[in-house]
Amino acid sequence: MSPDRRTRTIKVDALARVEGEGAMLIRIAGGRVSEVQLRIYEPPRFFEAFLRGRGYTEAVDITSRICGICPIAYQMSAANAMEDACGVRVDGALHDLRRIIYCGEWIESHALHVYLLHAPDFLGYESAVQLARDHAAIVQRGLQLKKAGNGLMALLGGREVHPINVRVGGFYRVPTTSELRAAAEPLKWARDAALETVRWVSRFSFPDFEQDYEMVALRHPSEYPITEGRLVSTRGLDIAVREFADHVIEEHVPHSNALHAAIRGRGTYLVGPMARYALNFDRLSPLAREAAREAGLGPVCRNPFQSIVVRAVELVYACDEALRLIERYERPDRPALEVPPRAATGHGCTEAPRGILYHRYTIDASGTILDAKIVPPTSQNQKAIEEDLARFVQDRLDLPTDAMTWQCEQAIRNYDPCISCATHFLRLEVEQV
Amino acid sequence: MARAQRQKPRLAVWKFASCDGCQLTVLNLEDELLPLAGEVEIAHFLEASRATARGPYDLSLVEGSITTAHDAERIRQIRERSRFLVTIGACATAGGIQALRNFKDVKEFISIVYARPEYIATLDRSTPIADHVQVDFELRGCPIDRGQLLEVLTAFLHGRRPNIPAHSVCVECKRRGVVCVMVARGVPCLGPVTHAGCGALCPAHDRGCYGCFGPMETPNTASLSAWWRKLGVTDDGLVRAFRTFNANAPEFRKESERHEP
Ligand code: SF4
Ligand code: SF4
Repeated sequence: MSPDRRTRTIKVDALARVEGEGAMLIRIAGGRVSEVQLRIYEPPRFFEAFLRGRGYTEAVDITSRICGICPIAYQMSAANAMEDACGVRVDGALHDLRRIIYCGEWIESHALHVYLLHAPDFLGYESAVQLARDHAAIVQRGLQLKKAGNGLMALLGGREVHPINVRVGGFYRVPTTSELRAAAEPLKWARDAALETVRWVSRFSFPDFEQDYEMVALRHPSEYPITEGRLVSTRGLDIAVREFADHVIEEHVPHSNALHAAIRGRGTYLVGPMARYALNFDRLSPLAREAAREAGLGPVCRNPFQSIVVRAVELVYACDEALRLIERYERPDRPALEVPPRAATGHGCTEAPRGILYHRYTIDASGTILDAKIVPPTSQNQKAIEEDLARFVQDRLDLPTDAMTWQCEQAIRNYDPCISCATHFLRLEVEQV
Repeated sequence: MARAQRQKPRLAVWKFASCDGCQLTVLNLEDELLPLAGEVEIAHFLEASRATARGPYDLSLVEGSITTAHDAERIRQIRERSRFLVTIGACATAGGIQALRNFKDVKEFISIVYARPEYIATLDRSTPIADHVQVDFELRGCPIDRGQLLEVLTAFLHGRRPNIPAHSVCVECKRRGVVCVMVARGVPCLGPVTHAGCGALCPAHDRGCYGCFGPMETPNTASLSAWWRKLGVTDDGLVRAFRTFNANAPEFRKESERHEP
């Protein structure tokens, strides 16, 4: 190895193809990785602070604005937490509708990430627009798949970004049975396109790189987890959502505007598609499991570069699941349950496309929010991302800086990080010392 | 090839404090995105591409509000390198939901969210782009409407003003034949004072408008507040209604201040 490669800095000041603003800095000194920072410099927006004093029914629309890529995740975690505080459970057709709109968000977000943000790395393009110059039909397929997800969000939520139809207790207006059934045709096309997506991405070449993370996801008695469940891990964690804060600690580190989360006593953990998949393989639909097998994925995947295949499998699942629920839909009598406020603390946790999103609110008897706590998936994954980078770089010290930088960016994009969420993004720098 | 590339108008998309929802609306133009990429050179759009060009740019779309000294400087540089600059969304046009800090002490906010406040650099106010540089056109909404976005893109690429109506959501309800939620069901609605653009989405879903497109031109907010009072809304309720995603828009700010204790 040339001596100048043993001591250098790899850095990216503004990471691309991620949501929000972040940077990367990796220092290599004397042939060892001495420092790795995923910097989140996106300015904070202080949601938890200004939620204080607002009404309990307002959190759904306000927290949605933390992230334009996963607004449904925020809306659902907020609604769940408020319903938990008030002692109300939403089930039946309203629960099904919540799952369907959430499937819409998974489809939109996963298709965006697989086709527009992540696949270009594997094929050596700087963007999907460049990729489309050589592979227009493929990019078109991705865009149409994304559109199918957005179609569900618009049908049930009124619009794709910050839907207006979700409320504590249910919805403002529920679709008629025939309105919802009409959504089935485009979804059947989308399910086939998702199966083709699994085949396409499974043929990419993946670096030989596995990590032994503790993975955390929701687990539900019968469903692949989306809107509810217990929190479980690959190292034996099994707790109710309300116990989250007893097991997860958040630290504030100087290089980041996002808080880092860790499991008390153990440290780094991973959330997101790989974790959901590993902990809930048996809950996937037969079609999605079959697609995973064909793609050569075992029931657990530990190579973060292969998360793109897992996302594609979840695309199949989300289309399949939405179709199943649409077929059995009968319009409920009322669009929402009454949820009268009471003085209490409520917890809500749902599976955002990028992993578990936890909300906790304390409200008073009139429903005014006294305290709010939000832990997004990307802040939970920050440590895992930094650890991946450290090991990945250590094993590839021979790479020239340009190639190293690009591959490190790709390693970050494995996580589909959402920096807007985590600051409520990141600067990537590799520094020469 | 290289020459043809240079002659295409150059589009840039920028982000400041925001949720990414407005720039996502560009990527949500699923049917139009590839044709658009044929007509313009996407010179800077970090969410979509790691390739960036320094400018100058023919059209800059700006999302997000200014909340740090560094960002205040960055927007000046972007303005210098842009022929036209259009703000997209409530954050860029009014300061966004993060402008709620403008009504409070930001130090208190920082300590509520972060254990080590000394690591955070931020300004005490969130301000719209037009407070810092000259803006050629402001597109409203939290988020922007994709139809309106296409109109803005088409208009600037063809050198004309965008045709974006300035009336209220109320007018859109009438056009769509949506029954007024306030008259028929007594549901408080900001539609009469809110800028059109969404197609009266909320009333069409049996809920009152919450003003995400911000104030229309010369809104009669006082008369609407009086009406809301008759529907049983308290002063505190009025303050909160006018203080959401466009809290810092002058007309909404003033109305909210009138109802403060
Ligand atoms: S205006 Fe609304 S949708 Fe647009 S970036 Fe700001 S918060 Fe997001
Ligand atoms: S009706 Fe009002 S709150 Fe609803 S989308 Fe339109 S402008 Fe926004």
